[in-house]
Amino acid sequence: MMTKDRIYLDYAATTPVDPRVFEAMLPYFSQQFGNPSSMHYFGQLAESALDESRQSIANTLHCSPDEVIFTSCGSESDNLALRGGALAVRQKSGANHILISPVEHHAVSHTALQFAELYGFEVEFLPVDHYGIVDPQDVAKRIRANTALVSIIYANNEIGTINPISEIGGICHNAGVLFHSDAVQATAYCTMDVQALNLDMVSIGAHKFYGPKGVGVLYVRQGTPIIPIQTGGGQEHGLRAGTSNIPYIVGMAKALEIAQQERLDRTAHLQILRDHLITEIMNTVDDTQLTGHQVYRLPNHASFVFKNVDGNTLLMLLDVNGIACSSGSACKTGDPEPSEILVALGFSREWALGSLRVSMGTGTMMTDIDTLLSILPEQVNRARKLVAR
Amino acid sequence: MPRVAIAMSGGVDSSVAAALLVEQGYEVIGLMLRLWSEPGTQESNRCCTPAAMDVARRVAARLGIPFYAIDGQQVFYDIVVNYFVDGYTQSRTPNPCLVCNRFIRWEYLFQHARAFGADFLATGHYARIALDSHGVNRLIRAKDMNKDQSYVLHILNQELLAHTLFPVGAYLKSEVRDIALRFGLPAAQRRDSQDLCFLAGGDYRDFLVRNNNLPENPGPILNNAGEVLGQHRGLAFYTIGQRKGLAISHPFPLYVLEKDYQHNALVVGTSEQLGSQELYADRVNWISGAPPRQAFMAQVKIRYRAKDIPGEVFPLDDQRIQIKFSTPVRDITPGQAAVLYQEDVCLGGGIIQ
Repeated sequence: MMTKDRIYLDYAATTPVDPRVFEAMLPYFSQQFGNPSSMHYFGQLAESALDESRQSIANTLHCSPDEVIFTSCGSESDNLALRGGALAVRQKSGANHILISPVEHHAVSHTALQFAELYGFEVEFLPVDHYGIVDPQDVAKRIRANTALVSIIYANNEIGTINPISEIGGICHNAGVLFHSDAVQATAYCTMDVQALNLDMVSIGAHKFYGPKGVGVLYVRQGTPIIPIQTGGGQEHGLRAGTSNIPYIVGMAKALEIAQQERLDRTAHLQILRDHLITEIMNTVDDTQLTGHQVYRLPNHASFVFKNVDGNTLLMLLDVNGIACSSGSACKTGDPEPSEILVALGFSREWALGSLRVSMGTGTMMTDIDTLLSILPEQVNRARKLVAR
Repeated sequence: MPRVAIAMSGGVDSSVAAALLVEQGYEVIGLMLRLWSEPGTQESNRCCTPAAMDVARRVAARLGIPFYAIDGQQVFYDIVVNYFVDGYTQSRTPNPCLVCNRFIRWEYLFQHARAFGADFLATGHYARIALDSHGVNRLIRAKDMNKDQSYVLHILNQELLAHTLFPVGAYLKSEVRDIALRFGLPAAQRRDSQDLCFLAGGDYRDFLVRNNNLPENPGPILNNAGEVLGQHRGLAFYTIGQRKGLAISHPFPLYVLEKDYQHNALVVGTSEQLGSQELYADRVNWISGAPPRQAFMAQVKIRYRAKDIPGEVFPLDDQRIQIKFSTPVRDITPGQAAVLYQEDVCLGGGIIQ
């Protein structure tokens, strides 16, 4: 089967680069290739592109351009926020308590756990409800005098649930505690106004909204205690050394601009597809549960668990039928483990191993959803038979 | 064109098999089984190390076919490892590769292939399949006699053969290497050993001890006259025909002749005493699906790498045979398969009792 005949329903993993973004990037590879740190005119052209991009992204975030730090990806942004933030706060006040949710991306949770293991921080996991939502009151209750940082994911990649970031941020601000959020999945569909959201730091990755892979942003509010984790030259206000990746930064700025302009249209288009998909799957496949919240969820994201199904087998069955999806326990080496997130939400192993994530995007049509719906019940049955042996 | 699932290992044979199928115009899907390894030895499982899986994935990408790793860890443990361990506790020297082929490759993987819409399961085995004039699928030895693997495939039946392809069976190994070069296929570095994959190069006796708490159960080592020559660790630790590891000093080499479970005694003797002129096999699979009614002459292979020995085969019932040899045959080992051939045609085989 050719790629063009296949249906891609894994936009939460990555998205294709928008042709307008690609176009915007092209001049910065071989023509305006200068290093923005250089004194000469080549450098000045590059610096101008860098500044324009920073301003454009600042407009979307409702912040000042010097609060926008370019990184290589969302994971790097998370690392800079947690490592740089937690270390700076501890140096200043001795605080060493980190509060995160059990549904964080590994870029946050593994970083926090390494800090607990190697650097003497204490990591505490907040409770979440069955949908993966953090209750702001729980944050209020668990913030201590020595809390260095709170990090809560904006919208979860696996289950699509959106957290009440603004309320949590308000609580953190009242307590004078640094607040970070991983917004990598949320950027394309949720408001990114850092003032309204009460954010001190927020992580963004371009390839989730039709920008290129390999570039991201960390927003850092003015006055936030933070130290660089990659040292060297003084790029990015001394917070991230390394020659600026101009074509990718330009591409990201363009992609974010388009995402903001088209956000409501995209949301309207996708929400109809999502709700149709969820209703039909719940109706046509036995022993199915929706994972994540029905209302507080990304408009392009539907996720399920099927009892007594191996999620990997189901993904293979769908793929050989030309449909590309993902799951929380996706494993390419035949050694599946249930998703930590589904386990944290209270799903038993027989449910948690059988997860399916369908994430849609600008290229998704209702006919694609109907194709998936027409084959899914049979493929779930096949997967169940292969497990039942 | 029909859809074919090719069982890949990262090795040159299955990679070339995949390439030949693509070249022949089939719609090809690459599959690789993740089999069970003892915790901590995953890196050295001969069949499916992560490195071999990476190579198989690269081969698939080079050929432009999708590739999926199937989790077979639990089913492999339940069926193959348990069979292996149980075999020893029942005084056999089991051949787990036969069970793996029958129940893991040609059942578990075969079912996956069929669920994926494949009409055929292909593997990189050296053997051939041919339809005879009566519409019966025959299992034929490989073109490359040195590489022939029909011995471990004698467990196949008509239904399975009708949906199985062996693309490299019609080539010499040297030709297969040439084809790999022509396609520019990467190949996994693999120890060319006949060790069992899940032993990861370790000793099977240690494995048995670890996985079954196989008790050391010492008893006497006797000669045919009943004289005690030494002490053994436990009968499960020995194989018929074994010479090394008996820890007896004796003027001439001694071999394990018999394992006397009733008296927990290991009977040893000289090479002249080793051997038997008959054997019994059960759980016989007749590839044609029709057990013969009368005795017949056949070439018999009693181990994977053993030479053919002419013998007369007496069908006792549909699943049991007796084989008589004109001279004593050494190394007849309960638990291994006796596989029957006429010329290049593999008729089937059974487990030696």
